[in-house]
Amino acid sequence: MLTDTNKIDDEQLNRPLLEVKGLRIEGLSEKGWQEIVRGVDLQLKRGEILGLIGESGAGKSTIGLASMGYARDGCRITDGEILFDGIELSSAPENEKRKLRGTRISYVAQSAAAAFNPAHRLLDQFAEGPVDHGVMSRREAKEKGRALYRSLDLPDPDNIGERWPHQVSGGQLQRMMVAMAMSCGPDLIVFDEPTTALDVTTQIEVLKTIKEIVIDRNVAAIYITHDLAVVAQLADQLMVLRYGNLVEVNSTGQILESPKEDYTRALLDARSRHEKTTAEINNPESLLNIDSVTAGYGKGTDVLQEVSVSVERGRTVAVVGESGSGKSTLARVITGLLPPRSGEISFQEELLPPALAQRTKQHLRKVQMIYQLPDVALNPRQRVRDVIGRPLSFYLGLQGKECERRTIELLEQIELSETYIDRLPDELSGGEKQRICIARALAAKPELIICDEVTSALDTIVAKAILDLLQRLQHELQLTYLFISHDIDTVASIADQVVVLYAGRVAEQGSKLAVFQPPFHPYTKLLLSSVPEMKLDWLEKTLSTREAQAGIAREVKITERGCPFVERCPEAIPDICVNDRPPLQTPSSGHLLACQHSPQDLT
Amino acid sequence: MSNFLKLFSSAPWSAKFGMLTILAYVVISIFAPFIAPYGETELIGRAYEVWSDKYLLGTDNLGRDMLSRLIYGARNTIGLALTITLIAFVLGSLTGMIAAALGGWVDQLLSRIVDVLMSIPSLIFALLILSIFGTAMPYLIGTIAILDATRVFRLARATAMNVAVMDYVEVARLRGEKLGWVIRKEILPNITAPLLAEFGLRFCFVFLFISALSFLGLGIQPPTADWGSMVRDNATLISFDDITPLLPAGAIALLTVATNFVVDWMLHKSSGLKDVN
Repeated sequence: MLTDTNKIDDEQLNRPLLEVKGLRIEGLSEKGWQEIVRGVDLQLKRGEILGLIGESGAGKSTIGLASMGYARDGCRITDGEILFDGIELSSAPENEKRKLRGTRISYVAQSAAAAFNPAHRLLDQFAEGPVDHGVMSRREAKEKGRALYRSLDLPDPDNIGERWPHQVSGGQLQRMMVAMAMSCGPDLIVFDEPTTALDVTTQIEVLKTIKEIVIDRNVAAIYITHDLAVVAQLADQLMVLRYGNLVEVNSTGQILESPKEDYTRALLDARSRHEKTTAEINNPESLLNIDSVTAGYGKGTDVLQEVSVSVERGRTVAVVGESGSGKSTLARVITGLLPPRSGEISFQEELLPPALAQRTKQHLRKVQMIYQLPDVALNPRQRVRDVIGRPLSFYLGLQGKECERRTIELLEQIELSETYIDRLPDELSGGEKQRICIARALAAKPELIICDEVTSALDTIVAKAILDLLQRLQHELQLTYLFISHDIDTVASIADQVVVLYAGRVAEQGSKLAVFQPPFHPYTKLLLSSVPEMKLDWLEKTLSTREAQAGIAREVKITERGCPFVERCPEAIPDICVNDRPPLQTPSSGHLLACQHSPQDLT
Repeated sequence: MSNFLKLFSSAPWSAKFGMLTILAYVVISIFAPFIAPYGETELIGRAYEVWSDKYLLGTDNLGRDMLSRLIYGARNTIGLALTITLIAFVLGSLTGMIAAALGGWVDQLLSRIVDVLMSIPSLIFALLILSIFGTAMPYLIGTIAILDATRVFRLARATAMNVAVMDYVEVARLRGEKLGWVIRKEILPNITAPLLAEFGLRFCFVFLFISALSFLGLGIQPPTADWGSMVRDNATLISFDDITPLLPAGAIALLTVATNFVVDWMLHKSSGLKDVN
């Protein structure tokens, strides 16, 4: 039976929908069963959002799933009550719980791309739940799906459901997932990091959807995340967790204004912007020069179009843009994995051969790369000793004792102790793995390190520590970084120079100060305004701006002519922007801006 | 050694049974001359003698001791199957990994050759080759090894493909590592689990294949004892309600089952599934 959420009397409203008392959960590890959630209480009413925050391993997801009466393989609920609308879930029989899940309680997973079955159409997957639970017929379910797509502002709601999961963008897929969770009109939705893998602009569109759903339909929601700024936009109550313990629980305003615990303060601190001041370098020496590079995959269109970037020794140049803007392609061109179609790359005044196979060992040694996902950047079968030792012996010919001594030295540089030398990647945390990747890059004594979204997969606190480490290493070793990121906040804290890339073209570039201050390229303005701030009502304010209304929830499209940003630009001049390439403006020396408007108009 | 014992004791009963059975087969085939009461090809009595104290399992169609031939048969059949499987694996996994790591035309060429070989029914193909070139041991080994290598190639290529797209392989390529290193250090360690499991299965198939060929008269040639031809030679006894000819068949079946028990367990272990209960 469905609860009509619109007609609930006051008494029902005030009674908590979900009540968890003294929840204890154990997980199976090599050392046997160990407690991973240690006595957590929570209460949730209809129309309320509870934010669960903490770094990985805090037990957030485990608690989220437990509130559906579910324990993952290798986990068991050992103690505590889980009362959902008067039903005791911890002791309810499995088929009872199965009836509730999907109908009255639903779940939105972190990676929508992984949660959808690529072999079925979206609307068919939407209809699966309601039909299986016997709530609706297939026809009704599909009708409802289309109605939900419409109310979630998805483009072409009548037909989008006939597409396959790979045919819609990441943000749309995540909203599809929210629609799917809404299919049976649930009373409680558990959101498990639904925006963590998304760009800032896409994140806004998903956040907006979630907020509307919870308010309009009067459901209760648990929102799990490691990012305080995101959850601050949604949650009424925040619950800070660490190692399965409750650290602090309070209203969102209270936590932002006056956090009581040190750990909460650390979380707040990790998100607030620490801008790096650019030090003066005498006689700047050009290290890497990318000259008018055009590149693409196979026979496809040019993913990069006439991109020119130069990197000075000892500096950090950040490349910013949404997914699809060509950031990673730029890295592939520099490393030689993707030879450019035209244009040249020179390194230390010497022309680099375009393809990897033509480069010498010394060329390769000088440019090292650090990847986004440390999990797949480290071979799971190689110990730290081999990971760091290989570049040492390969490039520098270090063997035996000498190699080990240098490995330990490198470990110390990345703030890990000697004892890590014989560990396998499985025995390291995400942050430690990324440190090992940094050490591997350092081992080659590189001139330039390309950092491809190195902090995007990490928790805020861990990410901050990695950024601090990179900065310290830059100081000590005079390293040069090409820092690729979609996160303007991260860029602000590490970059000296910023290159804003959009659809394979440079929209704006210059010193960080010049780029982050007016005059702005309209795209830079959109990116800057999309970074969540640790303020209440930030979401509403941002959504009401002209940039957001024109710019969010749109895909990056590569165009052959005109300005690629035209469809999302609030300042677009009809006809001209569609047809003519934007001219390069130079508001100040070293600051380039590709726009039809003069710098005076772009504030 | 203590690690091995620990691993053994943690195994489920089926895997323990499998390992013990395989161990017994290995011991028997190594020490065959000491265990067998008579020689492999020795004529010791009349044909088709019944089970007795003298001839524990009777004699075969030529009057050779059945038990002795069973024991020697273990040696020949298992030895041959093992050799063939090893060759098939070295050949198949190496080419498979090369195809995955290099891609492009190398991959196309190798894959199409394998497709052609796989499109011919393997038994027919083997019969064809063996009747053209004769049934000498090198031809027998070569033919079956190449046929089986195609299956190993497919598995090795598919699993290596998944590994080859990982960032750590890209790191190695960006470092300037040669193909040999990438295959040996980056790819191989990550696909050993499925390859080992396939080894167990493939070994059984090879084993059955040899027996089938022997049964048809194109496998191991007389007077060498092997289980496949022993079934054929003594098949007439079945009509006299005597189960003796089924004993070599049973020996084959038991080893197959035992190997699969061990393989299942290894697959389960490498899949990383946790037993909650």
